Amino acid sequence: MKQLLRRLTDAFGPSGHEDAIRDLIRKEVRGLADEIRTDALGNLIVRKRAGAAGRSKGEPCKVMVAAHMDEIGLSVTHVDNKGFIRFASVGGVYPRNLPGSRVRFMNGMAGVIGLEPTDHSSDVPSLDRMFIDVGAVSNRDCPVKTGDVAGFERPFLDLGGRVAAKSMDDRIGCAVAIEALRKLGRSANDVYFVFTTQEEVGTRGAQTSAYGIDPDLGFSIDVTGWGDTPGMRHFEMALGKGPAIKIRDGGMLSDPRIVRWMVRAAERNRIPYQREVLLGGTTDARAMQLVRGGVPVGCVSIPCRYVHTASEMVDMRDVENAVKLIVAMLRTLPKLD
Amino acid sequence: MATSRRGAAAPSLTLLRRLCTAVAVSGDEGEVRKIVMQELKDTASDIKVDALGNVLVTRKGRGGRRLRVMLDAHMDEVGFMLVAENGDGLYELTAIGKLDARGIAGKPVLVGHKHTPGVVGAKAIHLMSAEDLKRPISAEALRIDLGPSGKASVGDRASFAPNFRRAGPSIMSKALDDRLGVSILIELIKRAPANVDVQAAFTVQEEIGMRGAQVAAHHFKPDLAIVIDATPANDLPMQREGENSFYNSKLGLGPVIYVSNQSAIDDPRLVRFFTETATKARIPFQVRQPGGGGTDAGAIQRTVAGVPVISVSVPHRYPHTAMSISRIEDWHNTHALLYAALRRITPDVLRGAGG
Repeated sequence: MKQLLRRLTDAFGPSGHEDAIRDLIRKEVRGLADEIRTDALGNLIVRKRAGAAGRSKGEPCKVMVAAHMDEIGLSVTHVDNKGFIRFASVGGVYPRNLPGSRVRFMNGMAGVIGLEPTDHSSDVPSLDRMFIDVGAVSNRDCPVKTGDVAGFERPFLDLGGRVAAKSMDDRIGCAVAIEALRKLGRSANDVYFVFTTQEEVGTRGAQTSAYGIDPDLGFSIDVTGWGDTPGMRHFEMALGKGPAIKIRDGGMLSDPRIVRWMVRAAERNRIPYQREVLLGGTTDARAMQLVRGGVPVGCVSIPCRYVHTASEMVDMRDVENAVKLIVAMLRTLPKLD
Repeated sequence: MATSRRGAAAPSLTLLRRLCTAVAVSGDEGEVRKIVMQELKDTASDIKVDALGNVLVTRKGRGGRRLRVMLDAHMDEVGFMLVAENGDGLYELTAIGKLDARGIAGKPVLVGHKHTPGVVGAKAIHLMSAEDLKRPISAEALRIDLGPSGKASVGDRASFAPNFRRAGPSIMSKALDDRLGVSILIELIKRAPANVDVQAAFTVQEEIGMRGAQVAAHHFKPDLAIVIDATPANDLPMQREGENSFYNSKLGLGPVIYVSNQSAIDDPRLVRFFTETATKARIPFQVRQPGGGGTDAGAIQRTVAGVPVISVSVPHRYPHTAMSISRIEDWHNTHALLYAALRRITPDVLRGAGG
């Protein structure tokens, strides 16, 4: 699974430009599903139909499982006379994580982020005082232009039980979804694994794909924060204590019936889990919840340290237990009454 | 009448003047709607006005596999609404759409369907203390003054007074955002190429949240959508030596192709298609910096199961004020680019999903 994760996190895919990661995921799921298609906004929809047991009682339950393919990045606003590149953020990019970072553009060009000097070195610099340096000396010889998009670049780090990489958010969700699909076999449910686009800029792919699929219920697989490094307070998620069953986050209250379904699957199969209450941030589940006449939703989270940096870190036991939990969930029928 | 490059007639100044002189503040777009309906009554196979007041026009093409292409331009302009009466012809006001309160004091306005003339008043500069001058003007401190015989009602809308004029290569007027787009869209429908099904939406209430577009896209369910709007040009000389490295669409550089803004990430396939079209047809163009702002594309992209979108705008200075400026050449080139794009677009443009 680490090899899959390395391939997924290395791939290019800032919001709105997910071609490369989508092609990679499409290769990974080939042969595992009944239907694979791409919708109008580039969401990759991978359908595994219900087995005979599910269809014997009439229409099987339609379950949508969302993991987002896109990552945060930067887009070029201007290339100045000396070849320095000004940029805007794509998704939630924290300025203080940037100076000295490395980026890579879609055309393969790499660069370094520099910072204009200030009078007060303790100020948190804003994005408009930074620039990307690709080694160009003028506007004309710069291989990058307004509108081009870059992702962050860091080699995958294998620390044994834990791994760190850029875009663990949410390539880890994609990896878990792919492995769950591989292990699922026939289930009682009609399952749509959706690898969504444009989550980081407002859960846009999830909204439109959920409209198209019109599921009976759904859940997202995404990273959540962490509470187990020095100074962290008010948040209990810890690496190695199991996948998190989300009760609520900044944009969504999980449906209690979905939470019960998840907890029951975990306890029956003796899978460790944590209960998550997140005050900020949200996931694709929020968009799914409010589509058409509404959808009951929840989320399975992977605890992750240093979210939205280029070195997001997860524990492989949590990842493997997340796969087990999701397979166990999908093999049972969620009770919605 | 000017003709743009590929033989399709460019929109006329006469039409643009009529559109800019009309008053149509968000939520009350009737005067512009009437002009649109008159212009298109002999042209389209199907015109209807929906529940919100959007004008929805279909012009089917002929032959082959045809794309359903939605084109969008918004009919509304920013303006004011009267919120309370103070007596003696004075009314308190609120802004409809994003307006800079500092820029409206002293401007002439027209109020209500009767177009009652008035002025936006603030405290006279002669009477202001040093302290007063430091504080920014707020909309609450301003009044619309109709004079003692002027009649209006609370809830009436007011717009900047019409002031259209041509000045050499430039057009100066209120409401260039988005009458420039509306005039272009009217011409595109009149001479719609046969290789596409044109679904045109003249939308309402864009300035207060892209509301008309959302509903219009739900009606059409197009294969893709192109939004024609007006975008700010930030090309005045810098005060300091520094290069303008921020938002810098400019007058005179041609139609502005969007790549992304707060409301939407434009579909990279459509961005590529438009820049290729402009290059092949030798139409000047510029690429808008990613960053702030929004157009109807944001609402359209997210309707039903999703729609690939792109915005192409005419650059203009002093947006959302009593008088904006744009270049006739940029307006005509925007029309030319859109016409050239419609003529060469095929279903293949959407092959290879997304970015």
